[in-house]
Amino acid sequence: MQTLLKRMALALAPIAALAGIQPASAQVEVDVVGGISAPMPIAVPAMPTSSPVNTAAGNTVELGKQLSQVITNDLKNSGLFRPLGPDLLRPVSFDQVTAPAFSYWNTTGAQSLVQGYVRANGDGTLTVGCYLYDVFAQNELTRQGFVVQPADWRRAAHKCADTVYTRLTGEGPYFDSRIVYISETGPKGRRIKRLAIMDQDGANHRFLTNGQSIVLTPRFTPNQQTIVYMSYENERPSIYAYDLNTGRSRRLVSSEHLAFAPHVSPDNRWVVFTMSTGGNADLYRVSMSGGTPQRLTSAPGIDTGGSFSPDGSQIVFESDRSGTQQIYVMNADGSNQHRISFGGGRYATPVWSPRGDLIAFTKITGNFRIGVMSPSGGGEKILTEGWGDEGPSWSPNGRVITFFRNARGAGNAEIWSVDLTGVNERHIPTPLGGSDPNWGPLRP
Amino acid sequence: MANMTAKLVIAAALVATAGCAKKRPEVLPPAPEQATPTPTQPDYGNQNTVQPGSAQDFRQSVIGDTVHFGLDAYDIDSEARQILDSQAQWLMKYPNTRITIEGHTDERGTREYNLALGDRRATAAANYLIARGISASRINTISYGKERPVAMGSDEQAWAQNRRAVTVVIE
Repeated sequence: MQTLLKRMALALAPIAALAGIQPASAQVEVDVVGGISAPMPIAVPAMPTSSPVNTAAGNTVELGKQLSQVITNDLKNSGLFRPLGPDLLRPVSFDQVTAPAFSYWNTTGAQSLVQGYVRANGDGTLTVGCYLYDVFAQNELTRQGFVVQPADWRRAAHKCADTVYTRLTGEGPYFDSRIVYISETGPKGRRIKRLAIMDQDGANHRFLTNGQSIVLTPRFTPNQQTIVYMSYENERPSIYAYDLNTGRSRRLVSSEHLAFAPHVSPDNRWVVFTMSTGGNADLYRVSMSGGTPQRLTSAPGIDTGGSFSPDGSQIVFESDRSGTQQIYVMNADGSNQHRISFGGGRYATPVWSPRGDLIAFTKITGNFRIGVMSPSGGGEKILTEGWGDEGPSWSPNGRVITFFRNARGAGNAEIWSVDLTGVNERHIPTPLGGSDPNWGPLRP
Repeated sequence: MANMTAKLVIAAALVATAGCAKKRPEVLPPAPEQATPTPTQPDYGNQNTVQPGSAQDFRQSVIGDTVHFGLDAYDIDSEARQILDSQAQWLMKYPNTRITIEGHTDERGTREYNLALGDRRATAAANYLIARGISASRINTISYGKERPVAMGSDEQAWAQNRRAVTVVIE
């Protein structure tokens, strides 16, 4: 039942990186305060192949179309583009990949053009070429090539979409990344919960645990070798580490006390977590290799939800020491604890943006909504208007936030995402219900 | 460590029935101790006999196996005290029994906070029993946060039912 991840040798290497030096006449206007002015029209025709070959991922003719479709979906899902995909566009010949028919592309209304090719290599690998053109200026903006194992063909498409997105928006890449989350099924009172992992677009979905024990709150280590999570294995709820290479789990905190809410430090060495002793929950940290936890907070009340700043020097967490749940920041050694949230209502589940400039949280004012504020507590902005939106997690580039949306009554929770500007709210499809999404880093 | 399978079965039975838990009069007198030697096989012909000191005996003997809490609260109120007093009496009578107290919350809190809140509630109930003379070594606590509601609705009535601590005899 349990599929073990056989990790292929990392076979995704750029073979060419000739960044376009041209001035950017095609550039998406990204306004972080007010929103996206207008999605950029961009053409993504099917990628031709040098010669049709059957591969482990299908015939290269069909694969070229699928690659373009994945790129189209990525760009569309970002909310910053209005792509014309392979279904709407005439095919491109292999020769045209490096010599686009600009006069035709001008008639489509597209400002930019993504072309490419797919080739089956003699050693069983695939080469995917990715070219970005400015249709108005009629010049090349950038090109990249990727050699992948057939099973990783979607990653080549995500890398190509990242190349396009980065060149045209100035934002960092995020499409070649994964989400780990909790799959949920069954009646609300006895819900079966399984650790599951998928690409950020929902593809390549796999269950990692069998559902015998309740599992909660999975989080990637930054090196993506391990997922730390909470499990009720043997009815002794504590923190475990799932090794993505071996498919095995080990208990990370051996204490008899309730341990939960793990987050890993940027250097992969520490896990900050919560342990409750005598009804008093405090933050601790433990080495990724286990050992004796060190206590970081000791205030009476519930301190939980600790998450590191991107440089590892600070931890943001929530505490009800003032009487209600509020957000606090402290140094990674527990010193200099100070409150940063002072708006109305309660604040929970703070997570630091990978860019370092914002903290996302769940705000409780009757309804649960997702919001952001600066690490000093200013500039609070609420991004969603749900009834039960909870548990934000940042995309690798700090531009998109995934969260889960609880259903009223007995319905299933779902995974959603929203742009940092509060627009482009999107349901991320999962086979069953989903909660506790954690967006992993960009894949190497 | 203890018989996990049995514990899980009991927990499942509780979840199935806890919604209709009502106050029962105390059963008296208790059946004589060690009345029958343990049969080598289950005695299916004698299903109405409640084994003294069993989980079933506990549920039939105490006012209730569940105490309830206010919103975001974990204090033991007067109604909860009566229930826990009856549990303490039964536990005094059967000093070899062990219990697990499960702490639960409603769904109107975030997941991790609710795990801590459920632990507060289980601990509060455990501390009350300890103050009534029950040895701490006989009491195990576990928090389920908002993961195991007994009332499925999203309204005040359901939330009030779900803010609870449930005492389960370990068999």
